[in-house]
Amino acid sequence: MNTFFEYFPTVFQALNEGFLQTLKIFIVTLLGALPLGLIISFGSMSKFKPLFAVTKTFVWIIRGTPLMLQLLIIYYGPGIILQENVWGQGETGRFIATIVAFIINYSCYFSEIYRGGIQGVPHGQQEAGQVLGLSKSQIFFKITLLQMIKRIVPPMSNEIITLVKDTSLARIIAFQEVIWAGEAFLKASNGVPSAIWPLFFTGIYYLLFSGILTILFGLIEKKLSYFRS
Amino acid sequence: MAILEVKNIEKHFGKTEVLKNISFSLEKGEVLAIIGSSGSGKTTLLRCLNFLEIASSGSIEVNGETVFGKDIKLTDNIMRKNRLHFGMVFQNFNLFPQYTAFENITLAPKLALKNGAETAKKSVEEIEKFGEELLKTVGLFDKRDFYPCQLSGGQQQRVAIARALAMQPDILCFDEPTSALDPELTGEVLRVIKELKGSDRTMIVVTHEMNFARGVADKVIFMADGVVEEIGTPEEVFSNPKSEKTKAFLAKSLENI
Repeated sequence: MNTFFEYFPTVFQALNEGFLQTLKIFIVTLLGALPLGLIISFGSMSKFKPLFAVTKTFVWIIRGTPLMLQLLIIYYGPGIILQENVWGQGETGRFIATIVAFIINYSCYFSEIYRGGIQGVPHGQQEAGQVLGLSKSQIFFKITLLQMIKRIVPPMSNEIITLVKDTSLARIIAFQEVIWAGEAFLKASNGVPSAIWPLFFTGIYYLLFSGILTILFGLIEKKLSYFRS
Repeated sequence: MAILEVKNIEKHFGKTEVLKNISFSLEKGEVLAIIGSSGSGKTTLLRCLNFLEIASSGSIEVNGETVFGKDIKLTDNIMRKNRLHFGMVFQNFNLFPQYTAFENITLAPKLALKNGAETAKKSVEEIEKFGEELLKTVGLFDKRDFYPCQLSGGQQQRVAIARALAMQPDILCFDEPTSALDPELTGEVLRVIKELKGSDRTMIVVTHEMNFARGVADKVIFMADGVVEEIGTPEEVFSNPKSEKTKAFLAKSLENI
């Protein structure tokens, strides 16, 4: 037990550093995938057949294969094909490859959520705006946008909480996020079984973080509960 | 001069002809009821007047001004301006759920004021005063700050009528305004429409309520298969129909009562 309290400060610091990297993946992925997902959703609703087909196929491939595999292909693929490291050296290179894979993957999932939100607003809302002489942009910003947001908050919160946990997949290309940091103690222990606790302890970080997000999304849902659409 | 002159309107969806050579006119203050079975083209005709559908050919004049015809180039702006001659009340109300009754009514006039449209009221105060008057007209002043989800279907439809009136259209159109309502709620909506007739409003009502059409309308059109099968006063159409189709339709409609 003594060793636990002896090691705790060291472990805590290492895990905090790892979690900071986890947070970095999380935030940068959201910043990239939220807007990119909207663009992809327009493609998947396009009446222009080739664009529609290309987008649908792309979304199918990305959603139909594991994120871990995509991460490996994106990180190692260019090096194998071009005989050149396009991602840059060391931790920075691994980070860039990670967020490229995450942004592509998550924007495809987000695009489907956006599509559901946009197509879920009854067409009658748009027509009611039209007959009152509103312009297309007024109809979008004053009428449909908020109804869309209300519709996408629950599925979006679900997906974003999944993202919190998916960040751990970056471990597969040795990016030093929180799981990697926890595992490092196990590896350095030469097989002492009790050294696994830092890895288990990382669970607390995920729990706390997803807990905070759950509360946050709950507040947004509550804020939008004054109307039903 | 007629307030509305519809001439030879045709509408196809692909190869399907939905409206064939529709012509009629309406005087200011007149109420026109359009009856007929589902799929006869009644709603499409109304939607063509509001530019929710664009007719394939023909012309529409309001107060002598051509708002639709082969010489009119329908840009977005012209369409937005021309459709304001008509107000529209939908079967499913289509109120904006995130706005209160009062906000639903005043939203469009306020946006028009902001855009500097010529039809607009001159100030926000004037718009709000008019909005409150309209709420009183439809008997819902006490529901001013209620959201649509807090109102009954009949109340929602009355708000929708006030919302359409807020843009001061020349002609107010109703697309089966009571079809989505429970039977006990249709009365309050029909009463409001009837009262509007008293204030000299020109209205077109697509309806399945035969008693209402007979009691309130000045003119009745019976449509079948995309054509105006019969047009006349309620007495002419209901008591003395000339067309076989009208007779069959009326016999069926009355059977249900």
